[in-house]
Amino acid sequence: MQHHTLSCCGGVRPSLPPPPLSFRWSKIKREGGRRLPRCARIAAQLELKPPPYSLSSLEPHMSRETLEYHWGRHHRAHVASLNNLIAGTDLDGMGLDEIVVVSYNKGNPLPLFVHAAQVWNHDFFWQSIKPGGGGRPSGRLMELIERDFGSFDRMLEEFKRAALTQFGSGWAWLVYKANRLDVGNAVNPCPSEKGNKLVVLKSPNAVNPIVWDYSPLLAIDVWEHAYYLDYENRRADYVSIFLEKLVSWEVVSDRLDVAIERAAERAREDETRRQEDDAAVTHSEAVEMYLDSDTDDSEAE
Amino acid sequence: MAMALPLAYASSVVHPFEAGRLSFSTKATKHKKQIYQFRKVTKVLAYYGLTNPPYKLDALEPYMSRRTLELHWGNIHRGYVDSLNKQLANSPLYGCTMEELIKTTFNNGNPLPEYNNAAEVWNHDFFWESMQPNGGRLPWGGVLDQIEKDFGSFSNFRDEFVHSAMMLFGSGWVWLVLKTNERRLSIVRTSNALCPLVWGDIPIISLDMWEHAYYLDYKDDVSKYVNNFMDHLISWHSATARMVRTEAFVNLGEPKIPVA
Repeated sequence: MQHHTLSCCGGVRPSLPPPPLSFRWSKIKREGGRRLPRCARIAAQLELKPPPYSLSSLEPHMSRETLEYHWGRHHRAHVASLNNLIAGTDLDGMGLDEIVVVSYNKGNPLPLFVHAAQVWNHDFFWQSIKPGGGGRPSGRLMELIERDFGSFDRMLEEFKRAALTQFGSGWAWLVYKANRLDVGNAVNPCPSEKGNKLVVLKSPNAVNPIVWDYSPLLAIDVWEHAYYLDYENRRADYVSIFLEKLVSWEVVSDRLDVAIERAAERAREDETRRQEDDAAVTHSEAVEMYLDSDTDDSEAE
Repeated sequence: MAMALPLAYASSVVHPFEAGRLSFSTKATKHKKQIYQFRKVTKVLAYYGLTNPPYKLDALEPYMSRRTLELHWGNIHRGYVDSLNKQLANSPLYGCTMEELIKTTFNNGNPLPEYNNAAEVWNHDFFWESMQPNGGRLPWGGVLDQIEKDFGSFSNFRDEFVHSAMMLFGSGWVWLVLKTNERRLSIVRTSNALCPLVWGDIPIISLDMWEHAYYLDYKDDVSKYVNNFMDHLISWHSATARMVRTEAFVNLGEPKIPVA
Protein backbone atom coordinates (compact mmCIF):
# COMPACT_ATOMS: atom_id res chain seq x y z
CA MET A 1 0.00 0.00 0.00
CA GLN A 2 1.49 3.31 -0.99
CA HIS A 3 0.49 6.93 -0.97
CA HIS A 4 2.17 9.60 -3.02
CA THR A 5 3.22 12.94 -1.62
CA LEU A 6 4.66 15.76 -3.59
CA SER A 7 7.15 17.54 -1.41
CA CYS A 8 7.97 21.01 -2.52
CA CYS A 9 10.24 23.53 -0.95
CA GLY A 10 7.25 25.50 0.16
CA GLY A 11 6.89 27.86 -2.73
CA VAL A 12 4.53 27.73 -5.66
CA ARG A 13 7.12 28.29 -8.36
CA PRO A 14 8.34 24.98 -9.85
CA SER A 15 12.08 24.52 -10.11
CA LEU A 16 13.90 22.96 -13.06
CA PRO A 17 12.14 19.82 -14.27
CA PRO A 18 13.76 16.60 -13.10
CA PRO A 19 16.02 14.85 -15.62
CA PRO A 20 14.46 11.96 -17.61
CA LEU A 21 13.91 8.79 -15.57
CA SER A 22 16.45 6.55 -17.26
CA PHE A 23 19.17 9.12 -16.91
CA ARG A 24 18.36 9.57 -13.26
CA TRP A 25 18.55 5.90 -12.48
CA SER A 26 21.91 5.26 -14.14
CA LYS A 27 23.33 8.41 -12.64
CA ILE A 28 22.12 7.44 -9.23
CA LYS A 29 23.52 3.96 -9.62
CA ARG A 30 26.92 5.38 -10.54
CA GLU A 31 26.96 7.85 -7.70
CA GLY A 32 25.62 5.34 -5.25
CA GLY A 33 22.28 6.92 -4.52
CA ARG A 34 22.44 10.68 -5.05
CA ARG A 35 19.06 12.24 -4.56
CA LEU A 36 17.14 14.60 -6.78
CA PRO A 37 16.86 18.21 -5.74
CA ARG A 38 14.41 18.36 -2.89
CA CYS A 39 11.89 20.60 -4.62
CA ALA A 40 11.29 18.12 -7.38
CA ARG A 41 11.11 14.95 -5.33
CA ILE A 42 8.03 12.76 -5.51
CA ALA A 43 8.07 10.53 -2.48
CA ALA A 44 6.07 7.31 -2.65
CA GLN A 45 6.34 5.89 0.78
CA LEU A 46 5.99 2.19 1.42
CA GLU A 47 4.46 1.61 4.80
CA LEU A 48 5.23 -0.81 7.58
CA LYS A 49 2.13 -3.03 7.62
CA PRO A 50 1.25 -4.33 11.08
CA PRO A 51 0.63 -8.06 11.46
CA PRO A 52 -3.08 -9.00 11.43
CA TYR A 53 -3.02 -9.77 15.16
CA SER A 54 -1.70 -8.09 18.29
CA LEU A 55 1.95 -8.47 19.19
CA SER A 56 1.23 -10.55 22.28
CA SER A 57 -1.35 -12.86 20.73
CA LEU A 58 1.16 -15.45 19.54
CA GLU A 59 2.37 -16.21 23.07
CA PRO A 60 3.78 -18.55 24.24
CA HIS A 61 4.99 -19.78 20.86
CA MET A 62 6.35 -16.45 19.74
CA SER A 63 6.74 -13.92 22.50
CA ARG A 64 5.66 -10.31 22.43
CA GLU A 65 9.27 -9.29 22.87
CA THR A 66 10.28 -11.18 19.74
CA LEU A 67 7.54 -9.46 17.75
CA GLU A 68 8.43 -6.06 19.16
CA TYR A 69 11.99 -6.50 17.94
CA HIS A 70 11.38 -8.55 14.83
CA TRP A 71 8.50 -6.48 13.46
CA GLY A 72 9.03 -3.26 15.37
CA ARG A 73 12.74 -2.89 14.70
CA HIS A 74 14.09 -5.25 12.04
CA HIS A 75 11.14 -5.05 9.66
CA ARG A 76 10.68 -1.35 10.30
CA ALA A 77 14.34 -0.64 9.60
CA HIS A 78 14.11 -2.37 6.23
CA VAL A 79 11.05 -0.31 5.30
CA ALA A 80 12.86 2.89 6.23
CA SER A 81 16.01 1.92 4.31
CA LEU A 82 13.98 0.92 1.29
CA ASN A 83 12.07 4.20 1.23
CA ASN A 84 15.34 6.05 1.55
CA LEU A 85 16.94 4.19 -1.32
CA ILE A 86 14.09 4.36 -3.80
CA ALA A 87 13.17 7.99 -3.18
CA GLY A 88 13.57 9.89 -6.41
CA THR A 89 14.51 6.89 -8.52
CA ASP A 90 12.73 4.84 -11.18
CA LEU A 91 11.50 2.41 -8.56
CA ASP A 92 9.67 5.09 -6.64
CA GLY A 93 5.95 4.43 -7.08
CA MET A 94 6.29 0.82 -8.22
CA GLY A 95 4.56 -1.98 -6.37
CA LEU A 96 6.69 -3.93 -3.91
CA ASP A 97 6.64 -7.14 -5.99
CA GLU A 98 7.94 -5.25 -8.98
CA ILE A 99 10.64 -3.51 -6.96
CA VAL A 100 11.86 -6.87 -5.66
CA VAL A 101 12.05 -8.45 -9.10
CA VAL A 102 13.62 -5.43 -10.78
CA SER A 103 16.22 -4.92 -8.05
CA TYR A 104 17.10 -8.63 -8.09
CA ASN A 105 18.35 -7.85 -11.56
CA LYS A 106 18.45 -11.51 -12.62
CA GLY A 107 20.94 -12.55 -9.97
CA ASN A 108 23.08 -9.43 -9.86
CA PRO A 109 21.14 -7.59 -7.21
CA LEU A 110 21.21 -3.87 -6.62
CA PRO A 111 22.02 -2.72 -3.08
CA LEU A 112 18.38 -1.96 -2.32
CA PHE A 113 17.35 -5.54 -3.13
CA VAL A 114 18.01 -6.78 0.39
CA HIS A 115 15.69 -4.18 1.87
CA ALA A 116 12.93 -4.63 -0.69
CA ALA A 117 13.03 -8.39 -0.39
CA GLN A 118 13.12 -8.38 3.39
CA VAL A 119 10.10 -6.05 3.51
CA TRP A 120 8.26 -8.40 1.16
CA ASN A 121 9.36 -11.50 3.03
CA HIS A 122 8.37 -10.20 6.42
CA ASP A 123 4.95 -9.00 5.24
CA PHE A 124 4.44 -12.48 3.82
CA PHE A 125 5.67 -14.12 7.01
CA TRP A 126 3.39 -12.22 9.40
CA GLN A 127 0.41 -13.11 7.26
CA SER A 128 1.38 -16.78 7.18
CA ILE A 129 0.84 -17.20 10.91
CA LYS A 130 -1.94 -16.52 13.34
CA PRO A 131 -2.88 -17.14 16.93
CA GLY A 132 -4.37 -20.59 17.29
CA GLY A 133 -2.81 -21.74 14.05
CA GLY A 134 -1.57 -25.17 13.10
CA GLY A 135 -3.74 -28.16 12.47
CA ARG A 136 -4.09 -29.62 9.00
CA PRO A 137 -5.08 -28.09 5.70
CA SER A 138 -8.00 -29.35 3.66
CA GLY A 139 -9.52 -29.12 0.21
CA ARG A 140 -7.42 -28.50 -2.86
CA LEU A 141 -4.33 -27.66 -0.83
CA MET A 142 -4.40 -31.01 0.93
CA GLU A 143 -5.01 -32.82 -2.37
CA LEU A 144 -2.01 -31.19 -3.98
CA ILE A 145 0.16 -31.83 -0.92
CA GLU A 146 -0.73 -35.49 -1.02
CA ARG A 147 -0.21 -35.65 -4.75
CA ASP A 148 3.20 -33.98 -4.73
CA PHE A 149 4.69 -35.19 -1.45
CA GLY A 150 2.91 -38.45 -0.77
CA SER A 151 1.43 -37.33 2.50
CA PHE A 152 1.03 -34.27 4.67
CA ASP A 153 3.60 -35.56 7.15
CA ARG A 154 6.14 -36.10 4.40
CA MET A 155 5.66 -32.51 3.31
CA LEU A 156 6.19 -31.31 6.88
CA GLU A 157 9.36 -33.41 7.11
CA GLU A 158 10.72 -31.89 3.97
CA PHE A 159 9.82 -28.40 5.07
CA LYS A 160 11.52 -28.93 8.42
CA ARG A 161 14.58 -30.33 6.75
CA ALA A 162 14.83 -27.31 4.44
CA ALA A 163 14.45 -24.95 7.39
CA LEU A 164 17.09 -26.75 9.42
CA THR A 165 19.63 -27.14 6.66
CA GLN A 166 19.53 -23.52 5.52
CA PHE A 167 23.03 -22.64 6.70
CA GLY A 168 23.38 -19.11 7.98
CA SER A 169 20.45 -16.77 7.55
CA GLY A 170 17.57 -17.35 5.20
CA TRP A 171 14.06 -18.65 4.66
CA ALA A 172 12.30 -21.91 3.90
CA TRP A 173 9.31 -21.91 1.55
CA LEU A 174 6.42 -23.93 0.24
CA VAL A 175 5.79 -22.70 -3.27
CA TYR A 176 3.53 -23.43 -6.23
CA LYS A 177 5.71 -23.87 -9.24
CA ALA A 178 4.22 -23.57 -12.68
CA ASN A 179 5.79 -25.74 -15.37
CA ARG A 180 7.06 -23.04 -17.68
CA LEU A 181 10.35 -21.58 -18.80
CA ASP A 182 10.93 -17.91 -18.33
CA VAL A 183 12.74 -17.64 -21.63
CA GLY A 184 11.59 -15.44 -24.51
CA ASN A 185 9.13 -17.31 -26.65
CA ALA A 186 9.53 -20.73 -25.05
CA VAL A 187 6.11 -22.24 -24.64
CA ASN A 188 5.13 -25.42 -22.90
CA PRO A 189 3.69 -27.54 -25.70
CA CYS A 190 1.48 -29.60 -23.39
CA PRO A 191 0.41 -27.30 -20.66
CA SER A 192 -1.65 -28.93 -17.98
CA GLU A 193 -2.36 -28.25 -14.37
CA LYS A 194 -0.74 -31.57 -13.51
CA GLY A 195 2.61 -30.13 -14.57
CA ASN A 196 2.43 -27.48 -11.87
CA LYS A 197 3.75 -28.66 -8.56
CA LEU A 198 4.06 -27.83 -4.92
CA VAL A 199 7.72 -27.62 -3.98
CA VAL A 200 9.66 -27.00 -0.77
CA LEU A 201 12.75 -24.87 -1.10
CA LYS A 202 15.11 -22.76 0.93
CA SER A 203 16.79 -19.48 0.16
CA PRO A 204 19.68 -17.57 1.71
CA ASN A 205 19.56 -14.17 3.35
CA ALA A 206 16.89 -12.11 1.60
CA VAL A 207 16.24 -14.07 -1.57
CA ASN A 208 12.67 -15.15 -2.19
CA PRO A 209 10.98 -17.33 -4.83
CA ILE A 210 9.15 -14.55 -6.67
CA VAL A 211 12.46 -13.68 -8.31
CA TRP A 212 12.35 -17.12 -9.93
CA ASP A 213 8.76 -16.59 -10.96
CA TYR A 214 7.34 -19.10 -8.47
CA SER A 215 4.26 -18.46 -6.35
CA PRO A 216 5.12 -18.71 -2.66
CA LEU A 217 2.48 -20.16 -0.37
CA LEU A 218 4.19 -20.37 3.01
CA ALA A 219 7.39 -19.00 4.50
CA ILE A 220 9.34 -19.46 7.69
CA ASP A 221 12.01 -17.00 8.75
CA VAL A 222 15.11 -18.88 9.89
CA TRP A 223 17.27 -15.86 10.51
CA GLU A 224 18.39 -16.22 14.10
CA HIS A 225 16.67 -13.02 15.16
CA ALA A 226 13.34 -14.74 14.47
CA TYR A 227 13.78 -17.34 17.20
CA TYR A 228 16.79 -16.59 19.34
CA LEU A 229 14.93 -14.80 22.13
CA ASP A 230 12.35 -17.58 22.48
CA TYR A 231 14.24 -20.73 21.56
CA GLU A 232 17.89 -19.69 21.81
CA ASN A 233 19.77 -21.88 19.39
CA ARG A 234 17.10 -24.59 19.15
CA ARG A 235 15.96 -23.99 15.60
CA ALA A 236 14.34 -27.42 15.40
CA ASP A 237 11.97 -26.61 18.26
CA TYR A 238 11.07 -23.30 16.66
CA VAL A 239 10.27 -24.92 13.31
CA SER A 240 8.17 -27.64 14.94
CA ILE A 241 6.14 -25.19 16.99
CA PHE A 242 5.74 -23.00 13.92
CA LEU A 243 4.20 -25.87 12.00
CA GLU A 244 2.13 -27.22 14.86
CA LYS A 245 0.84 -24.07 16.48
CA LEU A 246 1.27 -21.03 14.26
CA VAL A 247 0.75 -21.73 10.57
CA SER A 248 -2.44 -20.39 9.07
CA TRP A 249 -3.46 -23.02 6.53
CA GLU A 250 -6.42 -20.85 5.44
CA VAL A 251 -4.06 -18.17 4.18
CA VAL A 252 -1.91 -20.79 2.48
CA SER A 253 -5.02 -22.19 0.80
CA ASP A 254 -6.09 -18.77 -0.41
CA ARG A 255 -2.66 -18.16 -1.81
CA LEU A 256 -2.80 -21.50 -3.61
CA ASP A 257 -6.07 -20.53 -5.27
CA VAL A 258 -4.54 -17.27 -6.46
CA ALA A 259 -1.44 -19.11 -7.67
CA ILE A 260 -3.44 -21.66 -9.63
CA GLU A 261 -5.50 -18.92 -11.21
CA ARG A 262 -2.35 -17.00 -12.12
CA ALA A 263 -0.76 -20.06 -13.68
CA ALA A 264 -3.91 -20.81 -15.67
CA GLU A 265 -4.09 -17.24 -16.91
CA ARG A 266 -0.49 -17.30 -18.05
CA ALA A 267 -0.95 -20.64 -19.75
CA ARG A 268 -3.86 -19.07 -21.66
CA GLU A 269 -1.72 -16.08 -22.62
CA ASP A 270 1.05 -18.39 -23.80
CA GLU A 271 -1.43 -20.36 -25.88
CA THR A 272 -2.81 -17.15 -27.46
CA ARG A 273 0.65 -15.95 -28.25
CA ARG A 274 1.60 -19.29 -29.77
CA GLN A 275 -1.47 -19.23 -31.97
CA GLU A 276 -0.67 -15.70 -33.09
CA ASP A 277 2.90 -16.69 -33.92
CA ASP A 278 1.69 -19.70 -35.89
CA ALA A 279 -0.76 -17.52 -37.81
CA ALA A 280 1.98 -15.00 -38.60
CA VAL A 281 4.22 -17.69 -40.03
CA THR A 282 1.59 -19.36 -42.23
CA HIS A 283 0.39 -16.07 -43.66
CA SER A 284 3.80 -14.78 -44.37
CA GLU A 285 4.78 -14.34 -48.03
CA ALA A 286 8.50 -14.72 -47.72
CA VAL A 287 8.68 -18.47 -47.35
CA GLU A 288 11.76 -19.18 -49.44
CA MET A 289 14.51 -17.32 -47.75
CA TYR A 290 17.80 -18.91 -48.73
CA LEU A 291 17.97 -19.44 -52.46
CA ASP A 292 18.46 -16.28 -54.46
CA SER A 293 19.49 -17.86 -57.76
CA ASP A 294 18.82 -21.03 -59.65
CA THR A 295 22.39 -21.79 -60.57
CA ASP A 296 24.72 -23.84 -58.51
CA ASP A 297 27.71 -21.67 -59.18
CA SER A 298 29.37 -20.32 -56.17
CA GLU A 299 29.75 -16.56 -56.05
CA ALA A 300 33.26 -16.90 -54.84
CA GLU A 301 34.61 -17.86 -58.25
CA MET B 1 36.68 -34.19 26.25
CA ALA B 2 37.94 -30.63 26.28
CA MET B 3 41.63 -29.85 26.15
CA ALA B 4 43.38 -26.53 26.50
CA LEU B 5 45.69 -26.16 23.52
CA PRO B 6 48.34 -23.62 22.57
CA LEU B 7 47.33 -20.56 20.62
CA ALA B 8 45.95 -20.26 17.13
CA TYR B 9 47.35 -22.73 14.67
CA ALA B 10 47.79 -25.89 16.74
CA SER B 11 45.73 -28.75 15.40
CA SER B 12 43.12 -30.22 17.63
CA VAL B 13 43.79 -33.81 16.70
CA VAL B 14 43.41 -36.28 19.53
CA HIS B 15 43.74 -39.99 18.98
CA PRO B 16 41.23 -42.12 20.84
CA PHE B 17 44.07 -44.56 21.19
CA GLU B 18 45.74 -42.08 23.57
CA ALA B 19 42.52 -41.23 25.30
CA GLY B 20 41.83 -44.91 25.73
CA ARG B 21 45.16 -45.52 27.37
CA LEU B 22 44.69 -42.72 29.87
CA SER B 23 41.27 -43.83 31.04
CA PHE B 24 41.94 -47.56 31.11
CA SER B 25 45.19 -47.35 33.04
CA THR B 26 43.60 -48.01 36.41
CA LYS B 27 41.28 -50.87 35.37
CA ALA B 28 41.69 -54.50 36.57
CA THR B 29 43.73 -57.11 34.67
CA LYS B 30 40.75 -58.90 33.19
CA HIS B 31 40.15 -55.80 31.11
CA LYS B 32 43.63 -55.89 29.65
CA LYS B 33 42.58 -58.55 27.15
CA GLN B 34 39.83 -56.26 26.00
CA ILE B 35 42.32 -53.43 25.67
CA TYR B 36 44.62 -55.62 23.61
CA GLN B 37 41.79 -56.46 21.33
CA PHE B 38 40.81 -52.80 21.29
CA ARG B 39 44.33 -51.85 20.26
CA LYS B 40 44.64 -54.48 17.57
CA VAL B 41 41.28 -54.22 15.94
CA THR B 42 40.45 -50.52 16.07
CA LYS B 43 41.28 -48.45 13.04
CA VAL B 44 42.93 -45.24 14.24
CA LEU B 45 40.48 -42.43 13.66
CA ALA B 46 41.56 -38.86 14.26
CA TYR B 47 38.82 -36.69 15.57
CA TYR B 48 38.56 -33.14 16.79
CA GLY B 49 37.87 -31.96 20.27
CA LEU B 50 36.13 -28.89 21.61
CA THR B 51 38.73 -26.49 22.98
CA ASN B 52 37.90 -24.26 25.93
CA PRO B 53 38.01 -20.53 25.59
CA PRO B 54 41.03 -19.19 27.52
CA TYR B 55 38.83 -17.57 30.16
CA LYS B 56 35.78 -18.48 32.23
CA LEU B 57 32.38 -18.17 30.62
CA ASP B 58 31.41 -15.18 32.74
CA ALA B 59 34.75 -13.40 32.35
CA LEU B 60 33.56 -11.22 29.47
CA GLU B 61 30.63 -9.73 31.36
CA PRO B 62 29.02 -7.25 30.88
CA TYR B 63 30.01 -7.04 27.21
CA MET B 64 29.28 -10.66 26.44
CA SER B 65 27.10 -12.43 28.95
CA ARG B 66 27.69 -15.83 30.45
CA ARG B 67 24.47 -17.12 28.93
CA THR B 68 25.60 -16.09 25.45
CA LEU B 69 28.87 -17.97 25.92
CA GLU B 70 27.11 -21.00 27.37
CA LEU B 71 24.98 -21.21 24.26
CA HIS B 72 27.49 -20.00 21.71
CA TRP B 73 30.37 -22.16 22.90
CA GLY B 74 28.58 -24.90 24.79
CA ASN B 75 25.83 -25.62 22.26
CA ILE B 76 26.64 -24.09 18.92
CA HIS B 77 30.41 -24.55 18.80
CA ARG B 78 30.12 -27.96 20.39
CA GLY B 79 27.41 -28.81 17.85
CA TYR B 80 29.77 -28.04 14.98
CA VAL B 81 32.49 -30.23 16.50
CA ASP B 82 30.09 -33.14 16.93
CA SER B 83 28.69 -32.76 13.43
CA LEU B 84 32.18 -32.63 11.98
CA ASN B 85 33.25 -35.78 13.77
CA LYS B 86 30.13 -37.56 12.63
CA GLN B 87 30.76 -36.55 9.04
CA LEU B 88 34.41 -37.54 9.19
CA ALA B 89 33.63 -40.99 10.56
CA ASN B 90 32.66 -42.06 7.06
CA SER B 91 34.96 -39.87 5.08
CA PRO B 92 38.52 -40.21 3.78
CA LEU B 93 39.33 -36.75 5.08
CA TYR B 94 40.46 -37.66 8.57
CA GLY B 95 44.00 -37.13 9.79
CA CYS B 96 44.41 -33.53 8.70
CA THR B 97 45.17 -30.53 10.79
CA MET B 98 42.27 -28.11 10.97
CA GLU B 99 43.80 -25.76 8.44
CA GLU B 100 44.49 -28.52 5.94
CA LEU B 101 40.96 -29.75 6.40
CA ILE B 102 39.51 -26.32 5.75
CA LYS B 103 41.56 -25.79 2.61
CA THR B 104 40.78 -29.25 1.28
CA THR B 105 37.07 -29.10 1.96
CA PHE B 106 36.83 -25.59 0.54
CA ASN B 107 37.76 -27.24 -2.72
CA ASN B 108 38.59 -23.96 -4.48
CA GLY B 109 35.15 -22.48 -4.09
CA ASN B 110 33.08 -25.61 -4.56
CA PRO B 111 32.85 -26.62 -0.93
CA LEU B 112 32.37 -30.18 0.22
CA PRO B 113 29.72 -30.91 2.84
CA GLU B 114 32.31 -31.00 5.64
CA TYR B 115 33.47 -27.47 4.93
CA ASN B 116 30.89 -25.59 6.95
CA ASN B 117 31.44 -27.64 10.07
CA ALA B 118 35.23 -27.64 9.81
CA ALA B 119 35.47 -23.94 9.13
CA GLU B 120 33.05 -23.01 11.88
CA VAL B 121 34.98 -25.09 14.41
CA TRP B 122 38.17 -23.28 13.48
CA ASN B 123 36.48 -19.88 13.26
CA HIS B 124 35.05 -20.19 16.73
CA ASP B 125 38.34 -21.36 18.27
CA PHE B 126 39.96 -18.35 16.67
CA PHE B 127 37.21 -16.04 17.86
CA TRP B 128 37.41 -17.08 21.53
CA GLU B 129 41.12 -16.42 21.42
CA SER B 130 40.61 -13.07 19.73
CA MET B 131 38.91 -11.84 22.89
CA GLN B 132 39.97 -11.49 26.48
CA PRO B 133 38.61 -10.01 29.68
CA ASN B 134 39.80 -6.41 30.02
CA GLY B 135 40.61 -6.30 26.36
CA GLY B 136 40.10 -3.56 23.86
CA ARG B 137 41.79 -0.21 23.79
CA LEU B 138 45.01 0.11 21.82
CA PRO B 139 47.56 -2.30 20.50
CA TRP B 140 51.23 -1.56 20.98
CA GLY B 141 54.63 -2.16 19.43
CA GLY B 142 54.83 -3.96 16.10
CA VAL B 143 51.09 -4.41 15.72
CA LEU B 144 50.40 -0.74 16.23
CA ASP B 145 53.19 0.18 13.83
CA GLN B 146 51.84 -2.15 11.18
CA ILE B 147 48.30 -0.84 11.62
CA GLU B 148 49.46 2.73 11.34
CA LYS B 149 51.47 1.85 8.28
CA ASP B 150 48.58 0.10 6.53
CA PHE B 151 45.60 2.17 7.64
CA GLY B 152 47.11 5.56 8.35
CA SER B 153 46.11 5.61 11.99
CA PHE B 154 44.54 3.38 14.57
CA SER B 155 41.29 5.32 14.51
CA ASN B 156 41.06 4.87 10.71
CA PHE B 157 41.45 1.16 11.22
CA ARG B 158 38.85 1.15 13.97
CA ASP B 159 36.33 3.08 11.89
CA GLU B 160 36.88 0.83 8.91
CA PHE B 161 36.46 -2.29 11.02
CA VAL B 162 33.22 -1.04 12.57
CA HIS B 163 31.93 0.10 9.18
CA SER B 164 32.70 -3.27 7.64
CA ALA B 165 30.84 -5.04 10.41
CA MET B 166 27.79 -2.81 9.99
CA MET B 167 27.76 -3.40 6.23
CA LEU B 168 27.55 -7.16 6.56
CA PHE B 169 24.13 -8.51 5.60
CA GLY B 170 23.16 -11.94 6.85
CA SER B 171 25.53 -14.13 8.83
CA GLY B 172 29.28 -13.87 8.63
CA TRP B 173 32.55 -12.70 10.15
CA VAL B 174 34.75 -9.62 10.04
CA TRP B 175 38.49 -10.19 10.04
CA LEU B 176 41.70 -8.29 10.40
CA VAL B 177 43.95 -10.31 8.13
CA LEU B 178 47.48 -10.09 6.91
CA LYS B 179 47.31 -10.49 3.16
CA THR B 180 50.25 -12.68 2.21
CA ASN B 181 50.52 -11.47 -1.36
CA GLU B 182 50.16 -7.78 -0.68
CA ARG B 183 52.09 -8.10 2.60
CA ARG B 184 49.82 -5.74 4.44
CA LEU B 185 47.03 -5.78 6.96
CA SER B 186 43.51 -5.54 5.63
CA ILE B 187 39.93 -5.82 6.82
CA VAL B 188 37.88 -8.56 5.22
CA ARG B 189 34.20 -9.41 5.58
CA THR B 190 33.09 -12.98 4.88
CA SER B 191 29.70 -14.67 4.73
CA ASN B 192 28.50 -17.68 6.67
CA ALA B 193 31.50 -19.92 7.35
CA LEU B 194 33.98 -18.52 4.88
CA CYS B 195 37.45 -18.12 6.35
CA PRO B 196 40.40 -16.13 4.89
CA LEU B 197 42.64 -19.17 5.33
CA VAL B 198 41.21 -20.55 2.13
CA TRP B 199 42.85 -17.71 0.21
CA GLY B 200 46.16 -18.22 1.97
CA ASP B 201 45.76 -15.06 4.04
CA ILE B 202 46.58 -15.06 7.73
CA PRO B 203 43.86 -13.92 10.13
CA ILE B 204 44.91 -11.79 13.08
CA ILE B 205 41.60 -10.93 14.75
CA SER B 206 38.03 -11.99 14.05
CA LEU B 207 34.57 -10.87 15.08
CA ASP B 208 31.57 -13.17 14.85
CA MET B 209 28.67 -11.32 13.21
CA TRP B 210 26.22 -14.21 13.23
CA GLU B 211 23.19 -13.06 15.18
CA HIS B 212 23.65 -15.79 17.76
CA ALA B 213 26.83 -14.02 18.88
CA TYR B 214 25.09 -10.88 20.07
CA TYR B 215 21.32 -11.23 19.97
CA LEU B 216 20.77 -12.10 23.61
CA ASP B 217 22.91 -9.21 24.82
CA TYR B 218 22.31 -6.51 22.24
CA LYS B 219 19.29 -7.64 20.22
CA ASP B 220 19.37 -5.54 17.08
CA ASP B 221 21.86 -2.94 18.32
CA VAL B 222 24.74 -4.17 16.19
CA SER B 223 26.69 -0.96 16.45
CA LYS B 224 26.89 -1.24 20.23
CA TYR B 225 28.09 -4.84 19.99
CA VAL B 226 30.86 -3.98 17.55
CA ASN B 227 31.96 -0.92 19.48
CA ASN B 228 32.04 -2.86 22.74
CA PHE B 229 34.12 -5.51 21.04
CA MET B 230 36.62 -2.90 19.89
CA ASP B 231 36.70 -1.05 23.21
CA HIS B 232 36.52 -3.87 25.74
CA LEU B 233 36.95 -7.34 24.30
CA ILE B 234 39.49 -7.48 21.50
CA SER B 235 42.67 -9.18 22.60
CA TRP B 236 45.72 -7.34 21.32
CA HIS B 237 47.86 -9.86 23.16
CA SER B 238 46.57 -12.58 20.85
CA ALA B 239 46.96 -10.31 17.87
CA THR B 240 50.57 -9.63 18.80
CA ALA B 241 51.36 -13.32 19.21
CA ARG B 242 49.78 -14.08 15.86
CA MET B 243 51.62 -11.24 14.13
CA VAL B 244 54.92 -12.49 15.54
CA ARG B 245 54.17 -15.92 14.17
CA THR B 246 53.11 -14.47 10.86
CA GLU B 247 56.46 -12.81 10.38
CA ALA B 248 57.95 -16.28 10.02
CA PHE B 249 55.89 -16.69 6.87
CA VAL B 250 55.58 -13.23 5.39
CA ASN B 251 58.30 -10.70 4.85
CA LEU B 252 56.91 -7.44 6.16
CA GLY B 253 59.95 -5.42 5.23
CA GLU B 254 62.99 -4.20 7.03
CA PRO B 255 62.54 -3.33 10.69
CA LYS B 256 63.06 0.28 11.61
CA ILE B 257 66.43 0.20 13.31
CA PRO B 258 67.19 3.56 14.86
CA VAL B 259 70.42 5.08 13.65
CA ALA B 260 72.71 5.98 16.53
